[in-house]
Amino acid sequence: MDIEILSRLQFAFTIAFHYIYPPLSIGTGVALVFFEGMYLRTGDKHWEQLTKFWIRIFALIFGIGVATGIVMEFEFGTNWAAYSRYVGDIFGSALAAEGVFAFALEAAFLGILLFGWNKVSPKVHFLSTLMVTIGSMFSAIWIVVANSWQQTPAGFKIVGEGAAAKAEITNFWAMVFNPSSVDRIIHVWIGAFLAGTFLVLSVHAYYILKNRFVEQSKKAFGIVLVIAAISALGQLLTGHGSAVGVAKNQPAKLAAFEGHYDSLAVADMYLFGWVNETEQSVAGIKIPKGLTFLIHQDFTTPVTGLNAFSENDRPSMVNFVFQTYHLMIIIGMFLIGLTLYSLFLLWKRKLFKKRWLMVVFSFSVVLPQIVNQVGWYSAEVGRQPWVVYNLLRTSDALSENVRAEQVVFSLVLFTTVYIILFGLFIYLLNKKIQAGLVPEATGKDDPHKLLTDK
Amino acid sequence: METFLNIDLGTWMFLVIGAVFSGYAILDGFDLGAGTVHLFLRKEESRRIALNAIGPVWDGNEVWLVIGGGTLFAGFPKAYATLLSAFYTPFILFLVLLILRAIAIEFRSKEPMLWWRRLWDIIYSVSSTLIGFTLGVVLGNVVLGIAIDENMIYKGGLQDIFNPYALLTGLTVVALFALHGSVYLVMKTADKLADRLANISKIAGMFFTICYVVLSIATLVYVPHAAEDFKEMPVLFAIPVITLLLLLNERRLIVKQQYWRAFLSSAALISLLLITIAIGLYPNILLSTIDSSNSLTIANSAASSKSLGIILTFVLIGAPPVLIYFIFLFRTFKGKVVLDEMSY
Repeated sequence: MDIEILSRLQFAFTIAFHYIYPPLSIGTGVALVFFEGMYLRTGDKHWEQLTKFWIRIFALIFGIGVATGIVMEFEFGTNWAAYSRYVGDIFGSALAAEGVFAFALEAAFLGILLFGWNKVSPKVHFLSTLMVTIGSMFSAIWIVVANSWQQTPAGFKIVGEGAAAKAEITNFWAMVFNPSSVDRIIHVWIGAFLAGTFLVLSVHAYYILKNRFVEQSKKAFGIVLVIAAISALGQLLTGHGSAVGVAKNQPAKLAAFEGHYDSLAVADMYLFGWVNETEQSVAGIKIPKGLTFLIHQDFTTPVTGLNAFSENDRPSMVNFVFQTYHLMIIIGMFLIGLTLYSLFLLWKRKLFKKRWLMVVFSFSVVLPQIVNQVGWYSAEVGRQPWVVYNLLRTSDALSENVRAEQVVFSLVLFTTVYIILFGLFIYLLNKKIQAGLVPEATGKDDPHKLLTDK
Repeated sequence: METFLNIDLGTWMFLVIGAVFSGYAILDGFDLGAGTVHLFLRKEESRRIALNAIGPVWDGNEVWLVIGGGTLFAGFPKAYATLLSAFYTPFILFLVLLILRAIAIEFRSKEPMLWWRRLWDIIYSVSSTLIGFTLGVVLGNVVLGIAIDENMIYKGGLQDIFNPYALLTGLTVVALFALHGSVYLVMKTADKLADRLANISKIAGMFFTICYVVLSIATLVYVPHAAEDFKEMPVLFAIPVITLLLLLNERRLIVKQQYWRAFLSSAALISLLLITIAIGLYPNILLSTIDSSNSLTIANSAASSKSLGIILTFVLIGAPPVLIYFIFLFRTFKGKVVLDEMSY
């Protein structure tokens, strides 16, 4: 296989795996802030138990997020040296801001959040929880700014020619607030809230089904369901904003989202379908002229299609982009329906009697994960063949001296380690959930005690 | 290039990055070193205490590496690109080791089985040691210079990276971290365990002294530009003398049970080592062994003045709170380790 494909595979694999964890941290962090805030206000034992339990889960998630995140920061240099030289002037300041303003905040207060329960006052502990959560949301800002700049570059000039060309910053705020930043930051944040809240909902739905910690679980479920429902609705708004932005700034990507080839035709919007890339047609259920209406608010104006771009300048995996984009929307809609219906039942005081719904919630934890993943796939694959839209091709972004066999070696290594890591993560997560909110008095759940007894 | 207080922005950036990496080496240095000596502790309880001594802080320490990487990328994108792609395989191994170490720390105490804990103990200790070693190997190559062509692209192979001088630097770093880490652990423990760790620190100190002497001689013999520097500025001979004095001082302080000061001594040793290398390099960042005109310097690899100005402003605004967070963190967990329900 050629080095470009290998390096792309490695980047895709390592970032996709990493992206399971930070959104979970942000989302469970938000839930923790609410739990601990309620504990601080009411002094209720249940809220304390919930807080301590979710700190244990948070520790596990956060640890893996950090470990897999460091890989990302260095991979730009190891595999994408030409890219690093090209964007360094811009990407660098965002990455430095992330380190100075976000990571340090998170990491320092994390120690207190995880280990400081008996060392600091409840208020200081709550402050630490808040700081870690805010810190993780800050870091999302900077990394999404950097990525958004690659989608919609702004605030820069090109210096030099050919292989020596690079982007230089001219206006920092124009770079930060490039046309797609704000929509995408909020979109990513809300995606993170969904990931975290659905984990919390899943665990407590499971407890309710198993008749364990029912009182605590109902309290937790209620408060978190509200956050989840608001998030699911919010995602509809920011998603729409993003799509309109893509239409304006990245027409080739938008055309790939809907499998729209012919620039002279009005465009339909599909609920689902299948793109035949050779015949340049889509088979599926559609809203006729829907895309035209979305973009132009009428039913007659044509939409730029893929054929407006030469084959070298537009994404080649059109069906992949189409499928991932539509899967995101379908699941997103399902999450809105699920949370609103459950909220209605909560209000009617019938929610926790519906066992089937608790079963649905137990399994729904995977849905926001799938949405977050496929959403990014469509955003990134839809930008191809560019790594920086219309400026730098992915094939020109590689490290000049790195050979294919080196990348094969690292790819195999990462794959092996991550598979083991994921297995252990699931095993330990399940173990913590089975152990329950409060270690039961038998002491059998305290591993340290067992060991000394032997 | 624009200047601030009569020093050009590129040099400021060089200083900032140097300071961040020194901070990283001092902070993560002690928890990596704690990992290196981990297997020399026999009892399960001792190991648990040792692990919890770094428990609340190791993750924060590692963040300095992330900040270091970020500022290097931001300040000198070309140096970042050449350095990381040149050391592709060592850096990939380094990253995998960081992951293995993080999960070893995280997972070891989650199961009671003895085999489980032994296994993670070994992974933790070996990966901690190899991380220090890899960093040392990279550092050794930075001192020696690497084969960079006129387009700032690395032309050497893997075997050039694992040369004897770099391997020796790797060993020296491992020894230094082991010394630093064992002194940290002495500070955090009590009674017999502290005595045992004090003994370990003695051995690590001797090991480091030997490595350091051999490395110094090797530097004068194999690193021509270093030898020239010493000829031109004989005052540089003070550096090895100060190093040895610091080592002796550290020994004395451990015997007197003034562990905090002993810890500061090995922190000073680490900074001195890095400052020496930084002075030797300046104004270069990566030396080319093909032709010195191919070397990456502050001038030819820095980001634009505008970008440097932005980053340095961030650092100016961000550094004081960062220091406050870290002081607050270390103060919260000062004193001997006490295990509780939240411990590893």
